[in-house]
Amino acid sequence: MLEFRKDIFADERDDNLHEVGQPTQRQDMLGHVTGTSPYYDDHRFANLLHLKILRSPHAHARIRSIDDSAAARAPGVKRIIRAADVPVNLNTLLSLIQFGKDDEPSLATDVVRYKGEPILGIVATSERAALEAIALVRISYDQLPAVFDVEEALKPGAPSVNAAYPKNTFEYYSKYDHQKLRYGDADAAFAQADIVLDERYQMSPIEHAPTETNGSIAVPDTNGRYIVYTSTQALFFSLDTSAKINAVPSNQLHFIGGTVGGGFGGKVDTLTEPLSILAARLTGAPVRYRFSRHEEMQFGSPRGGERIYVKDGVMKDGRVIARKVRAYFDSGAYTRLSSYAVVKCAAHIPGPYTIPNVSGDIYCVFTNRTPATAMRGFGVTALDFALECQMDKGATAVGMDPLEFRMLNAYRDGDMKAHRREAKNCALIECAQVAAEKANWPLRDEFRRMSSRQGGGATRAGGSADRTRAPAPAAAAPAAPTRAPASTPQRVSYERPMPAAPPRTAPPAPPPRSAPPPPPAAAPAGSTHGTPRFSSVFGTRRR
Amino acid sequence: MKTPIQFRLNGEEVAAFVESGANLLDTLRESVGDLSVKGGCWQGTCGTCTVLIDGSPRLSCVTLAETCAGRSIETVAGLRRGADLHPLQTAFMERFAAQCGYCTPGMLMASKALLDKNPNPTRENVVDAICGNICRCTGYEPIINAVLDAARSDGRRRA
Repeated sequence: MLEFRKDIFADERDDNLHEVGQPTQRQDMLGHVTGTSPYYDDHRFANLLHLKILRSPHAHARIRSIDDSAAARAPGVKRIIRAADVPVNLNTLLSLIQFGKDDEPSLATDVVRYKGEPILGIVATSERAALEAIALVRISYDQLPAVFDVEEALKPGAPSVNAAYPKNTFEYYSKYDHQKLRYGDADAAFAQADIVLDERYQMSPIEHAPTETNGSIAVPDTNGRYIVYTSTQALFFSLDTSAKINAVPSNQLHFIGGTVGGGFGGKVDTLTEPLSILAARLTGAPVRYRFSRHEEMQFGSPRGGERIYVKDGVMKDGRVIARKVRAYFDSGAYTRLSSYAVVKCAAHIPGPYTIPNVSGDIYCVFTNRTPATAMRGFGVTALDFALECQMDKGATAVGMDPLEFRMLNAYRDGDMKAHRREAKNCALIECAQVAAEKANWPLRDEFRRMSSRQGGGATRAGGSADRTRAPAPAAAAPAAPTRAPASTPQRVSYERPMPAAPPRTAPPAPPPRSAPPPPPAAAPAGSTHGTPRFSSVFGTRRR
Repeated sequence: MKTPIQFRLNGEEVAAFVESGANLLDTLRESVGDLSVKGGCWQGTCGTCTVLIDGSPRLSCVTLAETCAGRSIETVAGLRRGADLHPLQTAFMERFAAQCGYCTPGMLMASKALLDKNPNPTRENVVDAICGNICRCTGYEPIINAVLDAARSDGRRRA
């Protein structure tokens, strides 16, 4: 059962929570266990037609000619949908919020830019008939040089992948080829650091592999509109995208969904709805466009593979004084949502740690791979993997317990973040304390007493009277490592020799089973109940 | 050319005309109208479409419909008895053993096949029973616990 630790920060909120912390049954659970939840494909229509897509066998090629005459005569074929049939055949998902250029066709016109790119649709009386007709289409291609590596794609002379972004990088604000973060002077600080850790992390693309594949059914309604049953995770987002591509007012589309057989981010791309709607409009019949498992795995957009370089400057006492991140997000052939992932990544640097000198350069790179999309914290997840590996390596390098190393560097209230926002409502130290307690991981006394509410701000690295400004850069570079000297009272020095064996096997003392003692300065629980300061939304809880 | 076949579905006699080569999954969903069976891969790899044929778990997407003539088939649609849920269904609800719910019908049928044959399974037996069923949401642990719970509650009910 859930455990809700009301003892932590108890003085900061009313103890009047009745639902939070209590288990509650999901409203859709009965449908799930009785097999009655209405997934998009559980709707039945007489005379349903089936749309299947002819996809590019090449990663990068120019289409010389398409001969679909035999397919058009094949049994059961009702309609062939060509690129010219798509009313607005260029789109980018985030154009709905005016972010990025339209760069992706629904059906390829002259060039295919990844293996599996849709070229032609065939609507037939059965999936089988559609597939048999697809086998009759003849396309001749001129293969073009392809690039599959993010750093190769940025080299001079690399094949240009995406016509809207010829330099193979997404453009921010129509002029910047990457997201950049500067705080303090990382390079100068590396020169002062006791240890410098320079590491490379490479992620793989990951397919969401939902048990229900992407799909939709578009049905002509009695009033001239179209009802669309869909697996989308983003009903209105998909509706607006479909309306744009079909050049119809969005009130002509009625999307029904919300019961999604697994999404994890892989069902926000509106991969099927625009074409199933177009097929229904062109045939006047209900049309289903359902990914096969092969299409889902091979062509459904995955989490992009990121390459991340992290360079840390670490002092022997455990402080991380500089962190430089250079990351390349493999967007595949088109933007979809990777441009946004890069923004999230830049906003997440340097992780939940107070580091006085931070540098970040994050690129959204186009390659001839399957376009990437959202997946569970995309932009942040891979960076966190890299940063936490880096924290482990840093702890090992200075001979510190990895949890204590993190607690030492954790954000505390009042610290200045690399984005020039003050850290508020910090809780990493307390999370680490509870995790250590649960895992019987020994923490030394000073770490059991540590608090996010104490020791942050001006006396910490990066803090200053004027908190809107970063620490002075280059000119004052030598000051960076000494800005938070090890002698600062709340700092812990790391003189103790580390045991050869991991601490888990030889705990110096059994950790307490109870909660960490509240910091001495904390007001007694209950005395400040009803305080109007509690608002995570407005960030005013502890201010 | 369509072939008439007849089989028992959740205790009731049903009949369908099927194309040569039609699979049981499509026959149940399209011809008979039992939409509680879900398709996930249509190639016999994910377990989502699991039904019981004469009590044994089978992948309906790679089972020829014609081979089911005269057999007895069970799906999730026949699991509950009127207003009462099967102990497995109750346990899946209480243990939060479904999230998106799409693999749940297959999971329930694979688990039912186990409990019908072995009312007191070990954890290892449960893992074996559902090892052909892919779940992308739960991480399996809640499902395993639910099946063990169902076995215990069913035992108590019978006692």
